[in-house]
Amino acid sequence: MAASPALEAPETVDRQGRRWFYRHPLVIRLAHWINAAVLLVLLMSGLQIFNAHPALYWGAVSTFDDPALAITSEQGRDGRSRGVVTVGTHSLDTTGVLGLSRAEGGTEVERAFPAWATLPADQDLATGRRWHFLFAWLLVINGAVYLLYGLFSGQLRRRLIPDGDQIRDFGGSVKEHLLLRFPEGTQAKRYNVIQKLTYLVLVLGLLPAMVLAGLAMSPGMDAAWPWLTELFGGRQSARSVHFIAAGLIVLFVVVHVLLVLVSGLVNNMRGMITGWFSLGRDREHAR
Amino acid sequence: MILHRRKLLTGGAGLMGTALLGGCDRFAGTETGRRTLQVGEDANLYVQRLLMSPATLAREFPAAMISPWFKPNGTIDPPDRAYRALAAQKFAAFRLTVDGLVETPLSLSLADLRALPSRTQITRHDCVEGWSCIGQWAGVPLAEVLKRAGLKPQARYVVFHCADTLEYAGSQDGAFLRPGHPGAVREAYVQLAAAEDWGGAPAATDAPKDDWGQGSADSEAEDKRTPIRYYESIDLYDAVNPQTILAYDLNGKPLPVSNGAPLRLRVERQLGYKQAKYVMRVELVESLAGIGQGGGGYWEDRGYEWYAGI
Repeated sequence: MAASPALEAPETVDRQGRRWFYRHPLVIRLAHWINAAVLLVLLMSGLQIFNAHPALYWGAVSTFDDPALAITSEQGRDGRSRGVVTVGTHSLDTTGVLGLSRAEGGTEVERAFPAWATLPADQDLATGRRWHFLFAWLLVINGAVYLLYGLFSGQLRRRLIPDGDQIRDFGGSVKEHLLLRFPEGTQAKRYNVIQKLTYLVLVLGLLPAMVLAGLAMSPGMDAAWPWLTELFGGRQSARSVHFIAAGLIVLFVVVHVLLVLVSGLVNNMRGMITGWFSLGRDREHAR
Repeated sequence: MILHRRKLLTGGAGLMGTALLGGCDRFAGTETGRRTLQVGEDANLYVQRLLMSPATLAREFPAAMISPWFKPNGTIDPPDRAYRALAAQKFAAFRLTVDGLVETPLSLSLADLRALPSRTQITRHDCVEGWSCIGQWAGVPLAEVLKRAGLKPQARYVVFHCADTLEYAGSQDGAFLRPGHPGAVREAYVQLAAAEDWGGAPAATDAPKDDWGQGSADSEAEDKRTPIRYYESIDLYDAVNPQTILAYDLNGKPLPVSNGAPLRLRVERQLGYKQAKYVMRVELVESLAGIGQGGGGYWEDRGYEWYAGI
């Protein structure tokens, strides 16, 4: 355990007979935590930007009377305002959170996402945009470092591509997840198949799509690379895809954090902070 | 147990979020914070210009894609008496001033502008708020106007001085009139129109003698406050682009007042707030330092990016 992590010795056994596996190299750990912080800022500043025009459309332009999704506030028959989320022809009362919420100090304000969810907390599109674009660059640079390192170190393949036996036992992995039972010992040295596929979709699908859909909204990029906006079916479609992808990333983070909690918070956190992950007591060694 | 953990988790995340928010907002309020956040804009400008040339055109669309309603935004009915006097006479007395770092200052009527070479383009207008509309614009390429005025070698930026007052310097009414973001202006004016009677057609019959953008001669004689009228700027990179036009027609008809009559800028590779409406004066300058608070435009001086390509 005290030994410095060396590539040729990614595993060690301590005096108590516990097996330790050097699971996460430094670059991966740094990229992970930077990514977590950057995504949080991007999400909250993104909600700030969304609040400036809280409606989504499909196609090139906005059809103002007929949005695909809208977060608004309206006056009910009793004269009281309420927050409403409208998706197509369905609407949902979301008073208190979406459309109508309380600002710091308790005053009711009409805004799509509430103050606690946006950066800045106040309605301030200009500053929200500045946060968003600066951190978008950090996301891209951090992502590029991660991908290049992962590609050349072999970490990306090892982490994201399921092995043959894992694909064959896909059903078994589903069952393990449903029972919240997770691999131990040598099996824990690699991610399980569902884990690998989820990370694969996130790293090579959702996050790049997020960046591309963001760029597709830029009038400058649209002039330079018109095919990019076309790829998403127009600027307003790109905006909607950007929003949906953000929702999927939030969903990923929620499930990810829950699974970290139920599959051993301390071991997982230690792994992502120090790199070392416990594989449990080695029976043969203990004997 | 899981429930307990979940509670801890949400509580913890909430606390962290609040701390982060407060910290971020404080950071953004400092000079260092402001400068740091500006790095993203510089990177966007640099990289986008690597990917395009001055002549790269924004996408043009078929006539069938023109939006049935082109959402007017920002000022939709300038409150200024001088402007209203011009509008009442269908802009017959309108003159566009071209001055600053030019060899030959120009004063052009609408007829003069329409006699110059024209360009018609169907483009998408992207508001900073997120919405888009497609419209057909016709106007004179800015490059044609600049060619006739002749640029002095020091000229770097083109500044557009507009007719519409957005607020009054240092006044409480300014706060009332001042919109929070480009799209909120309309609502502010609706409120204002309800609160104050603008008196319909202006009483003044003589042509306005307002030197637009200099702020020294307020046409509203009874109002001693200094109006802050809309202003914008672009650099020569965008000024010489063929699609950068001073538009006088929208969808085949003279520009309506709500969309910037009689003349508005179209700079198609950037966002809506760069498309200055009610343009009265085109000034060539070497630096933006002397314009407004130095940001290069009304919204730029209120925190928005000067480079609005994203």
